[in-house]
Amino acid sequence: MLEAIGAPSIDALFSDVPEAVRFPDLRLPAALTEMEVAAELTEIADWNLSTSQAPIFLGAGAYNHYIPSTVDHILRRGEFFTAYTPYQPEVSQGTLQAIFEYQSMICALTGMEVANASHYDGGTALAEAVLMAVNAGRGQRTRIVLSPTIHPQYRQVVRTYTQGMGLEIVGDEGSAADLAALLALVDSRTALLALQNPDFLGQLDNLDGLAQEVHARKALLCVVANPISLGLLKPPGEYGADIVLGEGQPLGIPLSFGGPYLGYLATRQQYVRRMAGRLVGQTADTQGRTGYVLTLSTREQHIRRDKATSNICTNQGLLALAATVYLATVGKCGLRQVAELCYHKAHYAASRINKLPSYAVCSAKPFFNEFVVRCPKAVSQINDFLLDEWNIIGGYDLGRDYTNLANHMLVAVTEMNTRDQIDELVTALTEVVL
Amino acid sequence: MMNVPLGLFYTEHDEWAQRVGQEVVTGITDYAQDQLSDIVYVELPEVGDHYAAGEPYGVVESVKAASDVFMPVGGEIVAVNEELESAPEIINQDPFGKGWMVRIQPDDQSELGSLLDAATYQARVEAKG
Amino acid sequence: MTEPVIYDIGRPGLCAMPFPAPDVPRAPLPDGMVRDELRLPEASQLDVVRHFTRLSALNHSIDKGFYPLGSCTMKYNPRINEDMARLAGFAGTHPMQDEEVAQGNLHLMFTLQEWLKEIGGFAGASLQPAAGAHGEFAGILMVRAYHLDRGDTQRRKILIPDSAHGTNPASTAMSGYSVVEIPSDSRGNVDLAALRAACDDHVAGLMLTNPNTLGLFDEHVQEVVDLVHGCGGLVYGDGANMNALLGIARPGDLGFDILHYNLHKTFGTPHGGGGPGSGPVAVCERLAHFLPGPIVERVDEGNPSLVRREPPEDGDLTYYHLVMPPKSIGRVKVFHGHMGIFVRAYAYIRMHGPDGLRRVAEHAVLNANYLQARVGQWFPIPQRDRICMHEFVAEGTVPGSDVRALDISKRLMDFGIHPPTNYFPLIVHEALMIEPTETESKATLDTFAAAMAQIAREAVEQPELLHQAPHTTPVSRMDEVKAARELVLSYWNVKQ
Repeated sequence: MLEAIGAPSIDALFSDVPEAVRFPDLRLPAALTEMEVAAELTEIADWNLSTSQAPIFLGAGAYNHYIPSTVDHILRRGEFFTAYTPYQPEVSQGTLQAIFEYQSMICALTGMEVANASHYDGGTALAEAVLMAVNAGRGQRTRIVLSPTIHPQYRQVVRTYTQGMGLEIVGDEGSAADLAALLALVDSRTALLALQNPDFLGQLDNLDGLAQEVHARKALLCVVANPISLGLLKPPGEYGADIVLGEGQPLGIPLSFGGPYLGYLATRQQYVRRMAGRLVGQTADTQGRTGYVLTLSTREQHIRRDKATSNICTNQGLLALAATVYLATVGKCGLRQVAELCYHKAHYAASRINKLPSYAVCSAKPFFNEFVVRCPKAVSQINDFLLDEWNIIGGYDLGRDYTNLANHMLVAVTEMNTRDQIDELVTALTEVVL
Repeated sequence: MMNVPLGLFYTEHDEWAQRVGQEVVTGITDYAQDQLSDIVYVELPEVGDHYAAGEPYGVVESVKAASDVFMPVGGEIVAVNEELESAPEIINQDPFGKGWMVRIQPDDQSELGSLLDAATYQARVEAKG
Repeated sequence: MTEPVIYDIGRPGLCAMPFPAPDVPRAPLPDGMVRDELRLPEASQLDVVRHFTRLSALNHSIDKGFYPLGSCTMKYNPRINEDMARLAGFAGTHPMQDEEVAQGNLHLMFTLQEWLKEIGGFAGASLQPAAGAHGEFAGILMVRAYHLDRGDTQRRKILIPDSAHGTNPASTAMSGYSVVEIPSDSRGNVDLAALRAACDDHVAGLMLTNPNTLGLFDEHVQEVVDLVHGCGGLVYGDGANMNALLGIARPGDLGFDILHYNLHKTFGTPHGGGGPGSGPVAVCERLAHFLPGPIVERVDEGNPSLVRREPPEDGDLTYYHLVMPPKSIGRVKVFHGHMGIFVRAYAYIRMHGPDGLRRVAEHAVLNANYLQARVGQWFPIPQRDRICMHEFVAEGTVPGSDVRALDISKRLMDFGIHPPTNYFPLIVHEALMIEPTETESKATLDTFAAAMAQIAREAVEQPELLHQAPHTTPVSRMDEVKAARELVLSYWNVKQ
């Protein structure tokens, strides 16, 4: 090969690299074989406590759901996971059609007209929705109103994304989402009002009529929603949302310590060109056969460069496939079942905990599968006890994000929590105060 | 050979402009539509919007590219070609006629004089190949 | 050869996987909030498995054949990495669970941070960004935060060579900076005169891809870095092409201030048909406090905590926890990054070791130069007189034929080969950007070269064969104008 190249040695191929820095000695451990690496990583994995070893009542944006076996069997097909982004449609119809089906299912779930091929996660999808709304307001509207009960980390991501853009982000100073107060902040300079439903505290709001108020001020309404809840609840498209987005992890994606996950985002047809990310459209080939292509790519960075809707390129293709296989497998009937299981089990847990003398469930509003419990002690102390004495992973410490919610625990229940686990949690909570 | 009608004014960004009474009608040139190929979407401003000369007021999109379209003269948008919304291919078919994009009430009629004439524009297009 | 949409498969009432009945009493459903209809598929489990298996067969993939897609580094994805990422100890951990019972995850993340610092020659690293463009965006936000922290508010410009990836200008615009494009010189390097002219005290930084998208290592990289530093700017390295530099040169040693990695290119994690990727950023000492967070910190006897608590009393002396760097630009995503990808990259680096990583770069560069020599027999290569790095760019034209890069690309599909990246970089006419990667054998490279030779002949003798290509794929060329005009973006548009 060197002869064909006309080079005397492999080292000679690197003569453009300044000699002073060429061929550094990397201080890395020496290579292991596959067998040794497998042993090493198995040991490291064993230092963690996994949901296969302990009941878990922790949610806060990532949920322990059952993953049908079909999902990973399809994901493990090399034809899917060793392919690149489907820029060449003739040899990418599998990926393209799967994304088309994903877009269709997300539209059905949310009640919206168009969905893109994915974002990195729910939080970055919200940041992109902010950019979208500013863009739809032609840059003239620079105020963004965020509800305080949107996931705290989502709001942090929005602030990180927009730090160079000169936007004014308001509304999330407290901890209670007062719709009237939020609406009062939506003025003639406002591009977007964003809410979460069910919100970070698990609560449900009836948002009928809100969209009309927001639209009267020529702003957009964005709703962040847990996709499993949409198996049961009215889709935000039905009550007039302009953008619906959220974390797709509950749809067949493992917890995996926070990633990779799946940001889904859907909107109305009129905003399709403001939306970031990839889109698949149906068309026909030269022989008239139905097929699929990436379309509207002139909005994207590789063509529009500094005027693109976003810089997003690689997204979460394989996770969108996971969600598609998940939704195809559980189907119309199964998604409703899993949503109801979460709902009923969470309500069972809440009613039992609420009966404990030192605990109270804060439930002014209906909730889906998470609820807030006022505790007699610091949540971190309770969680240490649950873990050490009962091998239970307890709920989320809301005091971390909301100063007025110290000693409040956010408890999540899914279809994976059996009645026995819930009863055990109740017993354990009783013992904490003894 | 690109069509560059005499009597119109032209910009460096391949827009044309024509005085019609007190107003100015504008669109993109034959050369511009040919470079873009099949136009699939046109984004137009709202009537009543105001832009300075050289400011982008709309976007023309093909499957290959999306290009901003710039004001030949500063002024207020008094009409937009709504037909383009459902049939953007009109620009490919008739860029100087039915493919007009907006009518402008200019702030200063004399700004037209600083644009290129047909011969100068023709020479620029030929130089680009 | 077309497969129906999943909604047209099965029949009403079918469910591929029902859930059990509740083992608790049913609670009343909330008034006025329950939906009436839910338009999801109704199919049997066999229907579902068969449908997606058939779809998979319509894809080209690395597993199926050669994938010389320039700038994408389509190398073999080791299978053991897939198994490791799926270990329950990793895949079954919750991002908010107590750090004490996630020490394995944190140890792995910390170790990967250290390795990425060492491989690139940097002082700090954050694994948080989800993809290359996301790491880039984080990088430019750090540039901005660094200047503002020094009270320097006048810097508004980011310099970007004309050979850059489109994500560079897009990330810059999102950070509130304006883009100044710097041309390339006749040898494919950054044009030093143009760079010198652009360097002033309004420059926040330069984004440099090196080797660049022509596959060339900039011959004046040191001068480029010095010029930008000289005017007070920072140098950002786009690490998309790090496959050429593993064990060959460390960007940090060359004076780069920031670099993002693409774990899904350089470290063999799968591309997944368009993600998930992972785009960690590494930085020099003066930027370490600005990293996106949280990052993992190790506390032990010789290394006390900078920010937070000490190791648990009864635990090991070494303890890992998540911290926010003191002047962090903030979090760029929810939680801590793509853990599942970190496990794969860890396994990849661990199995290669320092010598193995250098061999990766050596063989990637050897393979690219060999193909450049072979393909150059039939197609023009603008920088033919130079040694390329891990990829090269040819012109998809043949004298005496009207075929274009697109036709050549489509024809390659008939040989079971994925086309090179085409029409990028924009500075080469009819560009075909070819990156073979180190995992391909000489036999595969020779097969590709033979296909290119045959296509060059066909271009002259039977140009229609190329214009009409591909001929053997599940579908032929697609009507993209129809797709963009009609915008059928979901099954519900089809139904209408």
